[in-house]
Amino acid sequence: MYPSRFSYEAPTSIDEAVELLRLGAGEAKVLAGGQSLLPMMKLRFASPGTLIDINNIPDLAYHRADADGTYRIGALCRHAHLEKANGLAEIQPTIAAAAPLVADPIVRTRGTFVGSVCHADPQGDWASVMIALGGSVVAQGPDGSRSIPVSDFVSGPFQTVLGFDELAIEAVVPAPVGDRAGGYLKLERRVGDFATAGVAVSIERSGSSVARAGIGLTGVGSSTIDASDAAASLVGGNLTDDEIARAAELAASASRPRSDHRGSADYKRHIVATFVTRLLSNLQLTNQEAA
Amino acid sequence: MTSLFAEVTSAPSNDVPVRRVSLRINGESRTVDVEPRLLLAHLIRQGFKLTGTHTGCDTTNCGACTVLFDGSPVKSCTMLAVQADGHEVITVEGLAAPNELHAVQEGFKEEHGLQCGFCTPGMMLSATALLDENPDPTEDEIRWALSGNLCRCTGYQNIVKAVLWAAEKLRAQAPPNDADSAEGEAS
Repeated sequence: MYPSRFSYEAPTSIDEAVELLRLGAGEAKVLAGGQSLLPMMKLRFASPGTLIDINNIPDLAYHRADADGTYRIGALCRHAHLEKANGLAEIQPTIAAAAPLVADPIVRTRGTFVGSVCHADPQGDWASVMIALGGSVVAQGPDGSRSIPVSDFVSGPFQTVLGFDELAIEAVVPAPVGDRAGGYLKLERRVGDFATAGVAVSIERSGSSVARAGIGLTGVGSSTIDASDAAASLVGGNLTDDEIARAAELAASASRPRSDHRGSADYKRHIVATFVTRLLSNLQLTNQEAA
Repeated sequence: MTSLFAEVTSAPSNDVPVRRVSLRINGESRTVDVEPRLLLAHLIRQGFKLTGTHTGCDTTNCGACTVLFDGSPVKSCTMLAVQADGHEVITVEGLAAPNELHAVQEGFKEEHGLQCGFCTPGMMLSATALLDENPDPTEDEIRWALSGNLCRCTGYQNIVKAVLWAAEKLRAQAPPNDADSAEGEAS
């Protein structure tokens, strides 16, 4: 299989890429890792007139924490960069937990974090993680840049609010308001398969009290789901067993799964509740820690 | 000439120009003109006649087409040939000199790490990348590193043994603290 004909551009600056997007007038697509876009082009689900390969733009492969704790992931940061990053679990536990579960090891050497968020596959892991973390995407257009919260960024299956002349240059996770803890769990039939269901959880605590919580759901709706009611129910509490049970129930009822060959809708709702319970139970402080 | 390479390189439409690509493949510098939609796997197989790289599923699932791109395993059916411009590609043919075997190839032979052989080149390149990074992997680490390569014969047990065999041989050959030992084996 090979894609329809397209013209290929390999800009070496963000400005040049944005100008090419503007000239493309909606018929151009950005190629970063290409691990979702190229298969879709080969299957002729996508036939862009122009492909704008951003891999030659320097200085976009970073992931780093600012002095204030804000965490930034550049548009060419590959999944494997995050998977192999030393010490990431201490500052970004949810990202560190999800990185090894994205696709398979070969795809992870090539695919990008930001590209995955922009692809907006309801089965994509990173959009759920970003929702749990309250993250945003920085989009650069001809008239400047803007920051878009991921909960607004994903507008539907494979759809985002990015303008045709905007390039997503960075994903940003805000500095935590307390001690950050979290995790990611995914059920897949085999490595690299789409998720039957996935759950991303992040909490920020001051002392034993939850100051901020976020829960994102993968693969159980027509787009990534922000289980905001479930997350809000945890704020101000101490992650007691009762609070966890209530959050699990709220997250399961926020999911909108469909029955398919990966499982029935009821089964997937059950998985969501089980994963929320498991993830939050792992974050319960022991009496010594809480004291 | 029925090859896809010829089709997409010899008769481009007027509005889609070919692009000149210079790359190093298995240590050799090559320059070719390709249509942008030509996949790296097709350039390797039809263009360079290096048919050790297999295309299995053609949908980014199976890993049979895995090659090393600047030392990292990539699925060559899921990259464009134009993206290899200025980069280094190693295929199974480049693992060792003609008439010689890389330790990973030898391991597959010694431990019967293949049945039909279709997935083998991709397996060996993923394994080579693993051993470059981690010369003493556990069985779990090997299974994890090869989890993007599918074997429809399901001969995983012996594939894991083959990689363990290769790791041991490479470690035995390597002078202490010589991180380039795996490359030395290939030259």
